[in-house]
Amino acid sequence: MKRKYELVYVISPDATDEQVTDLHAQVDAIVQRMGGQIEKTDTWGRRKLAYEIGRHKEGIYVLEVILGGGDLLKEIDRRLKVTDLIIRHLVVRVDEEQAVVERTRARRTGTSRRRRVARGLPADRQPGEGQREPDDDRDDRFDMPAEEMR
Amino acid sequence: MNGRKTFGGGGGGGRGRSGATGQQGKEGGQRRPMFRRRKVCKFCSDKIDDINYKDTKLLMPFVPERAKILPRRISGTCALHQRKLRTAIMRARQLALIPYTSE
Repeated sequence: MKRKYELVYVISPDATDEQVTDLHAQVDAIVQRMGGQIEKTDTWGRRKLAYEIGRHKEGIYVLEVILGGGDLLKEIDRRLKVTDLIIRHLVVRVDEEQAVVERTRARRTGTSRRRRVARGLPADRQPGEGQREPDDDRDDRFDMPAEEMR
Repeated sequence: MNGRKTFGGGGGGGRGRSGATGQQGKEGGQRRPMFRRRKVCKFCSDKIDDINYKDTKLLMPFVPERAKILPRRISGTCALHQRKLRTAIMRARQLALIPYTSE
């Protein structure tokens, strides 16, 4: 069964570029071996940490989107835990959430299109339609008049 | 409000003058319900479907100074989205994208 997971790991800032690519290769090797697939890799690069982890103040973030089973991710999790260079990692299953998001989005566009057609408008929003003045953005229905506020 | 009271009061008007100024402030405060702008869930109104832990820009307004999660009663977020927001913030904290505390 294919599930989609997101793996983010934070590498110690002392790591060289080679070590970063090496770690990616290691993850890739495990994924290949256990019949998974890496859908996307995204290196965010060096970022400041929100708090100190150990003695580190920044880290190198890498995001991988992996297709595979639970045991694959379990293995990756275990391997990352024992890797000293990785100071933090997180595995999140995303496929179910994404499906829900897509469904709600589809439902919303569906209803809006239906309503727009019922109102005799073209189904899709036209560019520039319904734009207001930039400073007209506030909702003043519940504001007191200025002299009563005092 | 002031005008109506002095004219309508007749006999009581004399008494009212000096006392009314002090009293009126209090009365006005009680009678007028506090007007607050109605709070709306940001995620509902902006139609943000997925609250992602990677999107720090989205999450930061909900973790003010002390880095505690802003309660629903203040932010006005609806229950569904507050729940999603919470998991997103907690995940982001694990990855040191958002602080657990400040200081």
